[in-house]
Amino acid sequence: MTETTGRRPTGLVLPTYRPDGDRTHPPLLSPEYGSTVLRAPSRPLVLLPQRLTEVTGPLLGAERLGPLDHDLTRQHDGEPIGQRIIVHGRVRDGDGRPVPDTLVEIWQPNAAGRYRHAVDNWPAPLDPNFTGVGRALTDADGRYRFVTIAPGAYPWRNHLNAWRPAHIHFSLFGRAFTQRLVTQMYFPGDPLFFQDPIFNSIPDRQARQRLVSRYDHTVSEPEWALGFEFDIVLRGRDSTPFEDGDDDDD
Amino acid sequence: MTERLGSTPSQTVGPYLHLGLLWPDGPDVVPAGTPGEIWLRGQILDGAGAPVVDALVESWQADPDGRFDHPDDPRGAHRSLVAGFRGFGRSPTDASGRYALRTVKPGPLPGPDGTVEAPHLDLSIFARGLLHRLVTRLYFPDEPAANEADPVLAGIDPDRRTTLLARSAPDGFHFDIHLQGEHETVFFAV
Repeated sequence: MTETTGRRPTGLVLPTYRPDGDRTHPPLLSPEYGSTVLRAPSRPLVLLPQRLTEVTGPLLGAERLGPLDHDLTRQHDGEPIGQRIIVHGRVRDGDGRPVPDTLVEIWQPNAAGRYRHAVDNWPAPLDPNFTGVGRALTDADGRYRFVTIAPGAYPWRNHLNAWRPAHIHFSLFGRAFTQRLVTQMYFPGDPLFFQDPIFNSIPDRQARQRLVSRYDHTVSEPEWALGFEFDIVLRGRDSTPFEDGDDDDD
Repeated sequence: MTERLGSTPSQTVGPYLHLGLLWPDGPDVVPAGTPGEIWLRGQILDGAGAPVVDALVESWQADPDGRFDHPDDPRGAHRSLVAGFRGFGRSPTDASGRYALRTVKPGPLPGPDGTVEAPHLDLSIFARGLLHRLVTRLYFPDEPAANEADPVLAGIDPDRRTTLLARSAPDGFHFDIHLQGEHETVFFAV
């Protein structure tokens, strides 16, 4: 093959990512969220051993970022309408290790609860100064920071008088395919949680609360913006060797 | 550090995923014009056989030499000889539920106990109505011997193994994904 080092390891040592508890993630079939009914697989998932493809993953970097991607209030000529907020936090793994240099992508509706998207056409105004898309890279300590405006709640047709609690969508890569995560960040004290089947699809009550950001007065800036802290935890790992007796590569 | 932290739960990408997750070069695992480039195309279908028009497929794979540019590959991070090889692709589905990824065929990979994994891609599927991504693997139909020896395929009910096998197509391979029903694709827990 292509390597010329002549190094022929007698064993491949791969990290092992621990499974999350049964009650951390929503069951795929969650009938109260109607769209799951025809989309959730009906057969049990097959356990995939974690091999080279699973313990590696895309390490995307600064090449994916524009200079204003972290500040959703400065992407147009004018300022968007709404409550200016700073959303920051730390990305760590299940062992508390920071996850540095990982791409964080966010998207959200405007202050009126409307997305700049062709299929969102409920009668709330679009804001010409707000797209609702951000990207950032975590620093060496796993920290990220966005400036945006508080997203509005919006109606949907899942059940009678259904409203999504205000939220920001988050997408993270982590270090390996196993750590890929897409989730939603919510705001403390939202009165709409009780009727939201997406938030409530998470079986474990404590796990659910991990999606609720914390008001952070130390980050609020005087006469400027309110601060919210949203820490994210990706799967933790152990390191265990496995034997690779018959080198076929190199 | 020994502090154990509970993982952040998954939530659906919802119907507006395109806003945040589309990249102009998303489908390009390799740049246009790469020697040996192939297209992986397919349709995503729900339990009623209807196309899923608001899904996103992401792919991750080794390069043609079976190497990854990643520090956790114990053979060493290896920058691919294929110029511009990213290993990663993402494609939304269109109005007929179809996705397309431009790539090159990955090489085989060493596994434990002297086994060899057949060339494959890991795929993640995100969509409205999926509260957690689905994970599957795409294998190639022109690798019968390697597929026969693949330890992951070996662990799957022979009747369902074919759901992980792409079909040959004029410009690459075709791989449909059935979320549910009689032809349901094998999905994995990783």
